[in-house]
Amino acid sequence: MNRYKTELMVGVFVLMTIAALLLLALKVANQTVVTDGDTYTLYAKFDNIGGLKVRSPVKVGGVTIGRVSSIKLDSDDYSPVVELTIQAEYNAFPETSSASILTSGLLGEQYIGFEPGFTIDGVENLADGDYIEDTSSALVLEELIGQFLFSRSSEE
Amino acid sequence: MNWIRQIGRTTLDRVSATGRAGLMLFGALIAPPSIKNIPLTIKQVYVVGVQSLAIIIVSGLFIGMVMALQGYTILTDYGAEGSLGPMVALSLLRELGPVVTALLFAGRAGSALTAEIGLMKATEQLSSLEMMAVDPLRRVVAPRFWAGMLSMPMLALIFSAVGILGGHLVGVDWLGVDAGSYWSIMQSTVDWDKDVINGVIKSLVFALVVTWIAIFKGYDSIPTSEGISQATTQTVVFSSLAVLGLDFVLTALMFGIE
Repeated sequence: MNRYKTELMVGVFVLMTIAALLLLALKVANQTVVTDGDTYTLYAKFDNIGGLKVRSPVKVGGVTIGRVSSIKLDSDDYSPVVELTIQAEYNAFPETSSASILTSGLLGEQYIGFEPGFTIDGVENLADGDYIEDTSSALVLEELIGQFLFSRSSEE
Repeated sequence: MNWIRQIGRTTLDRVSATGRAGLMLFGALIAPPSIKNIPLTIKQVYVVGVQSLAIIIVSGLFIGMVMALQGYTILTDYGAEGSLGPMVALSLLRELGPVVTALLFAGRAGSALTAEIGLMKATEQLSSLEMMAVDPLRRVVAPRFWAGMLSMPMLALIFSAVGILGGHLVGVDWLGVDAGSYWSIMQSTVDWDKDVINGVIKSLVFALVVTWIAIFKGYDSIPTSEGISQATTQTVVFSSLAVLGLDFVLTALMFGIE
């Protein structure tokens, strides 16, 4: 095995690794949509977050604009506070916007559906660190069934 | 009395073998890196890495294809064929890529390393190197060690990528899972740091263990034909066991505690 051919094959090996890495980065892990770069932070307080997890997407009309970056309990009223990291290019949501926890499909992952509100005079845009006032919690299947049974029994 | 002595002797043997293995690695790595060793390392990357490519690519392709086929038959019962992509990608990136690559590497390259170094020892090539004032640890052991450390993570990445493409081949092209959902649900599930980087860390640890065992077993073998055959067998057995055991520990550390 002469040296030229050895080095050539090692070069091919390295190129294949780079190709594999690129495939994993761009096609599999989708590194491009990960909220690197400029972001700002919003907070939303819910009654119940259901199955929401850190890294769950935040979507406006199906378009991912950010991710959940942490979930904590408020120390005063023990309700969950969700920290949202939003891409900086989407920075003009009015304060009347609402956030609700939705499920993609019947058994799919949960995400935050963000609904931009109306803009009138005197309504400012959401800025870094603001709380979203208008939130609605996740639907928990057991609670729904409980309510259904309760309403059935009260009818009889 | 004799059996107590036996326990003592076994313990001492094990401890001193561990010490010799540590000293060998230390002696090989403490050397200042010299330009002269780079061509030697490239040659070894060719031997342990490039020549393992065929087995890695073929097994990666088939493992990805089998997983897509098996996963599809189960997931389709729940109407969740869309989750085929993340299932294939996560199991390859987190587990199968690093582990199967390490097992194949131990069988394909580790055994060859042991046999080569063992034969060098049996034919007294290592002693003659020392006679010529060339340190066999730096000349023979170090390039092979670095070549193993470099090649295994690269092979594991190629394995995972090929496996995901194999899953695409079976899942999307044959069984009719939607190509868009195969990739997009995979993209929203797979995390770069948590899944890809942790897989690379795993395969670096496996590379260290497998290469170290392979080189040490050769370096420490009894220089007879019987001794070398025994050392080669031990390399494959010990490194496979070490990889599987360590895999559990690493998985528990990386994914077990949230």
